[in-house]
Amino acid sequence: MLGKTASLEVRAAEGVTFRVPIASPFTRCLALALDFAVVLVLSLILQQALGILVVIFSGVPGLGTMIEDMGSGASILLQFFVFTFYGMLLEWAWRGQTVGKRLMKLRVIDERGLPLDLKQIVIRNLFRTIDMMPSMFYLLGGIFCVLTKRCQRIGDIAAGTLVVREVEVAAPSLHSAITLETNSFASMPHLEGRLRQNTTPDEARVALDAVTRRDEMTPENRLRVFSRIASYFRAIAEFPDEITHNLSDEQYVRNVVDTLFRRASR
Amino acid sequence: MILDLDRFVARERPFWQELERFLARQDEQPDVALSLAEAKRFHYLYRRTSSDLAKLRTSAGEVEIARFLERLVGRAYSRLHEKRGESVRFRPWTWLTETFPNTFRRHGLAFALSIGTFLVGSGFGAAALAFNYELKADFIPPQFSHLYEKPSDRVEREENDEFDAFERRYEFSATLMTHNTRVTVLTMVTGFLWGIFTLVLLFYNGTLIGVVGYDYVADGQSVFLTAWLLPHGSVELPAIFIGGQCGLVIARTMFGWGTNLRLRQRFARIRGDLLTLVTGAALLLVWAGIVESFLSQYHAPGFYPVKIAFGATQLALLIAYLAFCGRRRHPAHRSRISHR
Repeated sequence: MLGKTASLEVRAAEGVTFRVPIASPFTRCLALALDFAVVLVLSLILQQALGILVVIFSGVPGLGTMIEDMGSGASILLQFFVFTFYGMLLEWAWRGQTVGKRLMKLRVIDERGLPLDLKQIVIRNLFRTIDMMPSMFYLLGGIFCVLTKRCQRIGDIAAGTLVVREVEVAAPSLHSAITLETNSFASMPHLEGRLRQNTTPDEARVALDAVTRRDEMTPENRLRVFSRIASYFRAIAEFPDEITHNLSDEQYVRNVVDTLFRRASR
Repeated sequence: MILDLDRFVARERPFWQELERFLARQDEQPDVALSLAEAKRFHYLYRRTSSDLAKLRTSAGEVEIARFLERLVGRAYSRLHEKRGESVRFRPWTWLTETFPNTFRRHGLAFALSIGTFLVGSGFGAAALAFNYELKADFIPPQFSHLYEKPSDRVEREENDEFDAFERRYEFSATLMTHNTRVTVLTMVTGFLWGIFTLVLLFYNGTLIGVVGYDYVADGQSVFLTAWLLPHGSVELPAIFIGGQCGLVIARTMFGWGTNLRLRQRFARIRGDLLTLVTGAALLLVWAGIVESFLSQYHAPGFYPVKIAFGATQLALLIAYLAFCGRRRHPAHRSRISHR
């Protein structure tokens, strides 16, 4: 459960659906620890700056005690403001991110896939008080996070928010993986035509996925997967032996993919 | 149909890249609005990319491209539906004269229950002390140890102090503001646990006030008590009751009485009201903190009538504000008038 990577499926008005991966409780915990460290450091720096100001101004004759008192009051307020508004201000300015979330590549979004509005930001941060219970251990929030399907703490449920992973996906290149200089099937255009005609989009997708992701497989799995796919496609359109002779299962499937996805445009 | 993937990517990639450039620009300059022509172009690119994603799914697709398009469409969808500009349009005067009092009245029953629980707690505290005075030390927590002292002894001591005897008033004021705000927020958010802890907190605070009140009244120090508590209590206690009111509104949302909406839909309905009420309570508490530090702690007997008059006037104004302010300008009321 701690490492779960559920996803939020959003259906846009245009009819298209897309998925956003939800952050696991463990990643959120790391982001929280980083934020806590940032708040502590920030608070410490501000307290030191305030201390210097108090030292400077407490030298004014007759005002020393009052300045020290004001400094203590300001210090209490400062600490309160840093702890209370750190999350709110950063999530507003950085559209759902704090320092910890930015480093862990997380972002808070509305549970419909939309950006947060101000109300949601304030509510989810106010509810931190109950999530932190008991005594700032985040036990209650942690339990909710682990038990809920979308890994939501109480503040997220109240504010209607989710923490998702920011996945960087590189722009797709042309398919060098499926590009073949020579495809022995090309000499049999009528069989290629039959192959294209009898193959469903789902079957084509399986073959294409296998080719593009073959480097992710272990050698044993690679042999097994390509063997099964090749035998399936052999049954759909049987190419003569002189063409398939000495052709490995993997090469056979690459020929099939090349035929299905590229040959049509040649 | 099986897609010619290379031709498809080659044809559509310039549009995806253009959409990416739009999104990158908005990431860098989130508050710079698009011109009408740019917004139309952005919308066109979003729809085209969405259509590409759908096409890729219905015909043969490839995982990496689909993942890339999902990410792109998701980001564009999020930007397209963003309401960032609308939500910062905040009008303080309208909020103060209409939004806050109207929201308060809309949840009047929750406020009544909040104040009722507090009063029951006060009655319990007073009755317990009347029954057995030895219980005083058990009821008052250590952080209020100054209340262990016999009321008449404290009054005698404080009345003879110099005007400036109360030092560290800025620090005290800040402590009060932050502590009371935390208590109010806690009273609100514990409403999530079906309101049980909200009611317990209100009852407990009521018990404390009941014990202290009974102690001072029984010792013949009613005037001192009123002059001490009324100036800040007339604002501080209503603020805590509003925190309780928020907690009970949340509790009602948790139970979902009278509606078949799902929990997240029910929360979406009350989110704005919660924010309004808790902001109002926080403002009241800031004022109460200032009054408590700079007025309530001066105990010269000659000053009592001023303090009591101040507290009573403040309470009357607060009641009038919460009960009547913004009524005539309430949209529902306005539409009723226009239909006559």
